Amino acid sequence: MSMAQPRLRALFSLGLTALLITGLIASQWLLGDSPQQMQFNARLAPPSVDHWLGTDTLGRELWARTLAGLALSFWVGCLAALLSTLIALSLAAIATLSARLDALVSLLIDTLLSVPHLILLMLIAFALGGGTQAVIIAVAVTHWPSLARVLRAELWQLRQAPYVRISRALGKSRWFVIHGHLLPHLVPHCLVGALLLFPHAILHEAALTFLGFGLSPSQPAIGVLLADAMRYLSGGYWWLGVFPGLGLLLMVLGFERLSTHLRRAL
Amino acid sequence: MRLILRIARRLGRLTLVLLCVGLVSFGLMMVSPVDPVDAYLGPKMAQVSPEQRALIAERWGFDAPPAVQFGHWLRQLVSGDLGWSHVYNQPVSEVIGQRFQRSIMLLGSAWLLAALLGFSLGVVAGAKEGSTLDNIISTYAYITASTPAFWLAILAVLLFSVTLGWTPTCCAGPTGTLSQDVTLATRLHHLILPIATLALLGIANVTLHTRARMLELMRSEVATHAFAQGASRIDVAWRHGLRHASLPAMTLAFASLGELFGGSILIEQVFAYPGLGQATVAAGLRSDVPLLLGIALFTALFVSVGNMIADSLYGVIDPRIQAGGL
Repeated sequence: MSMAQPRLRALFSLGLTALLITGLIASQWLLGDSPQQMQFNARLAPPSVDHWLGTDTLGRELWARTLAGLALSFWVGCLAALLSTLIALSLAAIATLSARLDALVSLLIDTLLSVPHLILLMLIAFALGGGTQAVIIAVAVTHWPSLARVLRAELWQLRQAPYVRISRALGKSRWFVIHGHLLPHLVPHCLVGALLLFPHAILHEAALTFLGFGLSPSQPAIGVLLADAMRYLSGGYWWLGVFPGLGLLLMVLGFERLSTHLRRAL
Repeated sequence: MRLILRIARRLGRLTLVLLCVGLVSFGLMMVSPVDPVDAYLGPKMAQVSPEQRALIAERWGFDAPPAVQFGHWLRQLVSGDLGWSHVYNQPVSEVIGQRFQRSIMLLGSAWLLAALLGFSLGVVAGAKEGSTLDNIISTYAYITASTPAFWLAILAVLLFSVTLGWTPTCCAGPTGTLSQDVTLATRLHHLILPIATLALLGIANVTLHTRARMLELMRSEVATHAFAQGASRIDVAWRHGLRHASLPAMTLAFASLGELFGGSILIEQVFAYPGLGQATVAAGLRSDVPLLLGIALFTALFVSVGNMIADSLYGVIDPRIQAGGL
């Protein structure tokens, strides 16, 4: 039982998260353009039976906009985490080639880690001129160092492992060693690493968008919703500020739990 | 002698990293689609003829190749000139200096509060694993670790400023008052909510880390031996746990300066607190390249020094580690 429990838990949270994400994506397909539909007779309406989470200043339904924002965050986070993992994997591989390249990669890691994440994100988004693409690239380029460190250490260890050395001594090709021995070890690390990156990626995407460097204000991103809410705070329109953030928190929390369970299970 | 050598090596590394930061951020600014002449001119852009634009570009050296521009910027930097910020119409070094003075109050108190509270909560939670208190603290830490900083700030404004009216909603002092006339009490009144929010976010990390270290200790042979001699859990936590967990907590606190600064950018934005974070956002949104570069370098220095202290602390506090060197 004690062996099975972490795996059961991981499976459970995996199923739950998958269900929620499927629901989220399906809702986008079902909702169509209702996040952008304005109702001028129901502007800034508080939460009620007709308007579940209330409406914003143009009478757009907040629940539809929050769901759309979460879906956006999810896609941006997915792409960014995937790209980031790929960067980490390739740089870790490069670092193991020679001592000089290793020093270069670790200098790069030190450089990236010495600038606060958010400032680096702003610099990159600024350099790319903002927009969805810029956010994805910025988040991907800044989040790989910790994973790269793990992968690099793992690779160094693997290269010294007896079975890899024997395989090489027997004249197996480079491709065979990488494909047959190294990758099966690295894939679980990458998977967990990508999952660990994901919550950070969406939080940073939202932060960047909130500050005005990310997704365009016409998109219903969580950052945009909260930035809009800021303008109506003193008017007491609390629902505008509370619900989008709560949705984001729940999503991040879900993925955080999932990655913790998975890490324990693997 | 070895100590001097080690310090020299660290400083060398620091300079190298800062140089790389400069290179990377300068490179990013060069590829940016924002035209520096347009950014400088602002709305007056329409009144300037192409010939005049070319003259401005030539005067500032924008027509030179990027490598020459970087060399020029670096030379200025070494002589202490960070350039001119067109958003604030002041030298960049002055902007950073003034803004940092305001931010340091926020950063410093939040940092200290987060480290102390986070550490104590972690010790308490770790000492009594599985108790109700532990569950509450752990749940709290897990939730705040996933909370967006700016959302928490928005909630704080909603609750304490708008609904309860206990604290002001914005700025570092009452509007319409000169900053030198603001009394310390008013200043603190304006700062209390930003500090609390920033600290609340920082606590989670330290707590979870300290708790893990405490659990490790409670299962160690040292603890078992002490228990066998009749010591209570509190005894063990107090006599062994504090020492065991304090080093990683301190290291973590120094190593998390970057995250703290990132949080302060968001929180200053929500509370409209005129600190360095707000200046960063303004510089980015209004394309103030010299200020952006200056802030990037300054924060990199700030964070690197934090990391260096974190590394050195190991050797100072735990002499067993010193032999390992860098």
